[in-house]
Amino acid sequence: MAAADRRIRVLAAKPGLDGHDRGIKVVCAGLKDAGMEVIYAGLRQTPEAIVNTALQEDVDVIALSTLSGAHNQHLPRVARLLQEKGAGHILLMAGGVVPKEDRLILKKQGVKEIYGPGTTMEEITAFIRANVSLS
Amino acid sequence: MDKPEIEKNKKEWAQRHPEVDSLTPRSTDWGDPVDPLCTPGPAGSPNYLGELGFPGEYPFTRGIYPTMYLGQPWTVRQYSGYESPKDTNLRFRYLLDQGQTGLSVAFDLPTQIGYDSDHPMSAGEVGKVGVPVDTLEDMEVIFDGLPLDKLSTSMTINAPSAILLAMYICIGKKQGLEPKVLRGTIQNDILKEYTVRGTYIFPPKPSIRLITDIFAYCGQHVPRFNTINVAGYHLREAGCSAVQEIAFSFCNAIAYIEAGLKAGLNIDKFAPRISWIFNTSNKIFEEVAKYRAARRIWAELLRGRFQAQDPRSWMLRFHTHTSGASLTAQQPLNNAIRVAYQTLAAVLGGAQSIAACSYDEALNLPTEESARTSLRTQQILLEEAGVVDTIDPLGGSYYVEALTARIYQRIKELMAKIEDMGGAVAAVENGFVQKEIEQRAYQIQCDIESGKRVVVGVNKYTIQEEEKESPIKSNPQAEQAQIERLNAVKARRNPEAVQRSLAAVRKAAQDQDNLMPVIIEACEAYASLGEICGVLREEFGEYQQVRTI
Repeated sequence: MAAADRRIRVLAAKPGLDGHDRGIKVVCAGLKDAGMEVIYAGLRQTPEAIVNTALQEDVDVIALSTLSGAHNQHLPRVARLLQEKGAGHILLMAGGVVPKEDRLILKKQGVKEIYGPGTTMEEITAFIRANVSLS
Repeated sequence: MDKPEIEKNKKEWAQRHPEVDSLTPRSTDWGDPVDPLCTPGPAGSPNYLGELGFPGEYPFTRGIYPTMYLGQPWTVRQYSGYESPKDTNLRFRYLLDQGQTGLSVAFDLPTQIGYDSDHPMSAGEVGKVGVPVDTLEDMEVIFDGLPLDKLSTSMTINAPSAILLAMYICIGKKQGLEPKVLRGTIQNDILKEYTVRGTYIFPPKPSIRLITDIFAYCGQHVPRFNTINVAGYHLREAGCSAVQEIAFSFCNAIAYIEAGLKAGLNIDKFAPRISWIFNTSNKIFEEVAKYRAARRIWAELLRGRFQAQDPRSWMLRFHTHTSGASLTAQQPLNNAIRVAYQTLAAVLGGAQSIAACSYDEALNLPTEESARTSLRTQQILLEEAGVVDTIDPLGGSYYVEALTARIYQRIKELMAKIEDMGGAVAAVENGFVQKEIEQRAYQIQCDIESGKRVVVGVNKYTIQEEEKESPIKSNPQAEQAQIERLNAVKARRNPEAVQRSLAAVRKAAQDQDNLMPVIIEACEAYASLGEICGVLREEFGEYQQVRTI
């Protein structure tokens, strides 16, 4: 398949124990409507499981949703595991309720963008398209 | 003037005013057209004695108590639970001191999912969305100095409900109180955990058995406790319409009732202890209509289909929490206004107990000021606004009566559809409920982005805002401190008593004996929540989520 025909592949998941999945499911539906392939791994995913699935499924993007306040536990660990497995090219993003001061730290740790309440699908898809190279 | 005559005059009136005829009717949140002007007939005037009746009497449309708020105000019950048992105790004392009349405990996720604070899955989650409870000692700290016979306590706990209830009974005993005087509520509604809330542990069958064990035990020993708090709330938060909220939660309750009957319980022994939590969102009149119609449907269902004889079995007693999902991170003070309108709708809808959200919830845990403002929102309605001076003040409003009749019909249609599918458990297992909710949530998002659905401050009347730092800082040492507390309890307790009690839990699980007595013994021996759930996980297995995406 020519590179330009390939669709962007996204792994969406809920790390940790948080069960609030309205947001991530809406994002999954929006990304599909935007023409991307979406794999939703569901609730209670460990960082190890997320990174393994991402590698198996050869995804371009990992989109994690977290609203329980445990973001500082799970997100840096996913970023670190991606580096360790030589998968630093995968675009790591997150969404949920993450305070500003934590967002700044998480971005330094390798989470490329973190979206809060009120974000539009347009912003999210534009960010992914601008940051994933399909070649 | 009779009703056909009024209808005729209404048509003529519209013809006299072309601007009326050319109006595009608006629509309810669930999608029915709204008459721009409601009049006495046909929908605006129900059959009074048959469909409305009098408060405190069948079919309870106008309220479940004969005196409603004139006899007793609703319970002001704000939801709280902080990083540690000690902090939570302090917040409870503060809220009671400020005039709150019931407690509502938020537990952290490890507690809700049956893991101790030192379990690998608990890392980073301990004390985050509520208070951690590992052993009875944590509950002793949470309720230190709070006399349980003077309080009613609601606990948002589902899969491990039996364990938290057992601990509460143990605290009562330590205060010298018999279980029969304890008042409160456990949520204990597992079906909505599978679809929208996510704190399930075991598969449906053993989970429902735990529920019927609690029904049976409490019927005998803890008769004033609400053994279940069936939730429309979380369904609505996940994207349901008002119609879906009531229909799905009623079908879940039917599944529990049928399980109770199958376990040999008498309907009038457990139905009076079924309580509810619903979501009160933005559309004031629709929410009021929802509650009025829901009371009538529930009463008809319990008296008709389930043949309950005790009028208390027919009553829809509900707590409501205002809608968290309606709050915005943008211009957060606007949320105080949304919360006030929603609380007004809850009062006009005849709620027994109310929790008003805090205006900063889209951003952080409530501060003391925002939590106090929510409390004051309720107190202003109760004591200043004059909305409690008469019962069901919107009864007889042509519009509200028309809405009540319409939503009554819509809820019954959707319930019939689920029943045809084989009931709530089948509708969860085949993914119907999840898909309905997901589709609606996505539609709402699309409507917000296109501007069809206005959210003030988000897609209209927006401003440039500087985001502030979170006023609530989580204590990075809290998790370790909780683990150390657990270790200290484990070092102090009698290991043989713990092992013996856990073996008894296992045996009761295998033998289909009621689990409550052995779980109480395990809690008294300071077996941890994770240890008890661990035994049950081994016996019952774990639920695997249905894939709908």
